[in-house]
Amino acid sequence: MDLSYGEAAEAYRAEVRAFLSLHWPPPAELRGPDLKAFVRTFRALATEQGHLYRAIPKQYGGSEQPVDVIRAQVIREEYQRARAPMEVGGNGMNMTVPTLLEKGSEEQKALFIRATVEGDYIWGQGYSEPGSGSDLASVRTRGELSADGSKWIINGQKIWTSQGMQATHMFMLVRTEPDAPKHDGITYLLIDLDQPGITRRPIRQMTGEEGDHTFCEFFFDNAETPVSWQVGARGQGWYVSRTTLKHERASIGGADGLGRQFAKLVELAKEVGRIDEPLVRDRLAQIEGFVLSHRYSSYRLFSCAAAGEDAGPVALMMKLLLTETGHEMALLAQELIGEHGFVEPVGAGGRGHRGPRGPEKWMDQIMGSLGNSIAGGASNIQRNIIGERGLGLPRDLAMSGER
Amino acid sequence: MHFHLTPEQTAIQDAVRGTLADHWPMERLHAFADGADDFDRASWDALMALGIGGLLAPDSGMGLLEAALVCEIAGEAAAPGPLIGQLLAVAAVACSGDAAAKAHLDGLAGGTKVAALVDGGSAYVACARAADLFLIVDRAAGVRLVAAADATIEAVPASDRSRPVSKVGVAADAGTALFAASDPMTARLADAALVLVAADALGGAQKVTDMSVAYAKEREQFGQPIGRFQGLKHQLAHMALDVEPARALVWYAAYAWDSQLPDAPRAAAMAKAHLCDVYVRATRAAVAAHGGIGYTWEYGLHYWFRRAAFDRAWLGSPAAHRARAAALAGW
Ligand SMILES: Cc1cc2nc3c(=O)[nH]c(=O)nc-3n(C[C@H](O)[C@H](O)[C@H](O)COP(=O)(O)OP(=O)(O)OC[C@H]3O[C@@H](n4cnc5c(N)ncnc54)[C@H](O)[C@@H]3O)c2cc1C
Repeated sequence: MDLSYGEAAEAYRAEVRAFLSLHWPPPAELRGPDLKAFVRTFRALATEQGHLYRAIPKQYGGSEQPVDVIRAQVIREEYQRARAPMEVGGNGMNMTVPTLLEKGSEEQKALFIRATVEGDYIWGQGYSEPGSGSDLASVRTRGELSADGSKWIINGQKIWTSQGMQATHMFMLVRTEPDAPKHDGITYLLIDLDQPGITRRPIRQMTGEEGDHTFCEFFFDNAETPVSWQVGARGQGWYVSRTTLKHERASIGGADGLGRQFAKLVELAKEVGRIDEPLVRDRLAQIEGFVLSHRYSSYRLFSCAAAGEDAGPVALMMKLLLTETGHEMALLAQELIGEHGFVEPVGAGGRGHRGPRGPEKWMDQIMGSLGNSIAGGASNIQRNIIGERGLGLPRDLAMSGER
Repeated sequence: MHFHLTPEQTAIQDAVRGTLADHWPMERLHAFADGADDFDRASWDALMALGIGGLLAPDSGMGLLEAALVCEIAGEAAAPGPLIGQLLAVAAVACSGDAAAKAHLDGLAGGTKVAALVDGGSAYVACARAADLFLIVDRAAGVRLVAAADATIEAVPASDRSRPVSKVGVAADAGTALFAASDPMTARLADAALVLVAADALGGAQKVTDMSVAYAKEREQFGQPIGRFQGLKHQLAHMALDVEPARALVWYAAYAWDSQLPDAPRAAAMAKAHLCDVYVRATRAAVAAHGGIGYTWEYGLHYWFRRAAFDRAWLGSPAAHRARAAALAGW
């Protein structure tokens, strides 16, 4: 075993560092729109350099690099170290772009990828509906062709759309073949959210937040989208939605959020003066066993990805392991903050106090851990996936539409 | 970057697994458990014929990772014999400056001489009556090699039937001192032992999980395989979730030891504590998943349950190692 990346990678690291030292950070006096413009120019330069948007062809605004998970990781590490901006985040980069690269038409690629990469288009994920969450294939929002066959007319409701208030566009699953079996009657559509037939309403989260990170619901009342914005074949949307980015996915950097959070939990125990209690130390070390399992398993996934090998069922376990470990941390945090939890954290729902954040800030994480166990596939669904796909247990007959 | 097994390492595991399947099937385990021996010569010789005794010799080209991979399969099979002591004795003797001790090296590496590990803090030793030598590893007192003839050995009824124990008494100055307490080798040998126990626990936990999954696919109730029922499916998913990611924790601890990374002692403590918890949880869950059959002597799950209890208590409890890990982290 060897956790070093090898000489070639270290030489590449030096190149990345040299680039960063020339172009980042921005001059200290830059503020507001000037700072934004600087970041934009920096991202463009970094793309030209082959650091960002590596999987995206040049003609759509990417840098079109050969798949190389080690280089990608070196870039991530160096950018994080320098606190330099990486690719724009969000659903657009994570979902829309990979889906379009694999299943989109030329027109769609040209229209959407560059605008997404440059941060001009922000995408909402229009999957869930009030009646369709875990059973995603049961979506009922309707899509009907206009009389001249040029447009889809959409009626129905979507819900729990993260960042929905800022989104400019949505990728959505709509039922276009009401008589087909449930998986074969869904079409994958892109839609411009700025039109008269669409109403959006923020939904306040349990954290009290209503701001940027919260989700909202959408009502579609004869909203329209061109037929040319349909991704993949009509009725095949379910299968389009299964598309995911297959390369450069495993990431150590991405996995170590848990490790950073654990380090903060240890700091919290010190801050509240309880780090010397044997029970607290034991509990921390117990949790750390899972944190380290998660970290080293992500090394394992990364290593397999770099070698083009299959890591087996552990890949299916990472989300649930993250969720469960997050829960354990939240439980201990709740115990540690004690009375500090009587105070609403800064900024929460506009009602939190102002000023520096104290131990009460952990209330955000404690409640956030509950969101993780639902978003992106509820924990029970993850257990089904581990049991059925990972262990080969017989499928639950009722359950063919899990996400 | 390489953090998964090479084909060569997988081949070592396959060879050990195949050998144990031939020489240590469940019938053998049953017979051994009901007998009065400390040792199963046939399976030991077959294992040693693979050349694994010398894995921790400094010039073997292998290391603690390979040794851990072997111990994992031994744990899977609930194999008898003082494998961990044997592996460590070779490392200890080969690295010591003591000529008399070094004279044992070939016999130990080849398995014709048997060495059992004695934990400085414990009165009990597994497989003591078959041992020619005792390797005493004591963080506070150093490492000694003692001829079995210089110790008192009194067998006791053992709970882990795959690893019968005796009460062993050794005078403080018996045998040869290989390393002083202050010698870094003492701590390294103690750490290595923890990693190998963690590996044994990993193999055992994986084994009982596999047994449970296989059973859930074939056992039918209410006209269906029980593995279709979500309550049980989720319990099995949790067993797997407990075991599979923890594998990387063992690999990392072994790798850190081999590479002498600064966090190697802490990684060993964390792996021992975590895996021994996992093993006990997995065996308990396995018995539950099997229903009545899991509670029978005949089915054999109890061998792993007993071994899980042994591993957990051996060389320090999870709580003790977590307390050490906390101190090592400077909390
Ligand atoms: C913070 C957050 C952000 C989100 N962002 C988005 C977004 O951007 N876009 C979007 O489309 N959606 C989003 N969602 C919605 C999310 O994907 C769904 O909430 C989730 O899939 C669960 O669906 P549901 O809420 O309808 O719950 P249900 O499916 O009704 O589940 C309720 C409970 O029943 C259990 N359950 C359901 N079916 C089964 C089964 N077959 N076996 C066992 N247990 C079962 C679940 O595990 C859960 O415990 C978000 C949710 C959260 C919390």
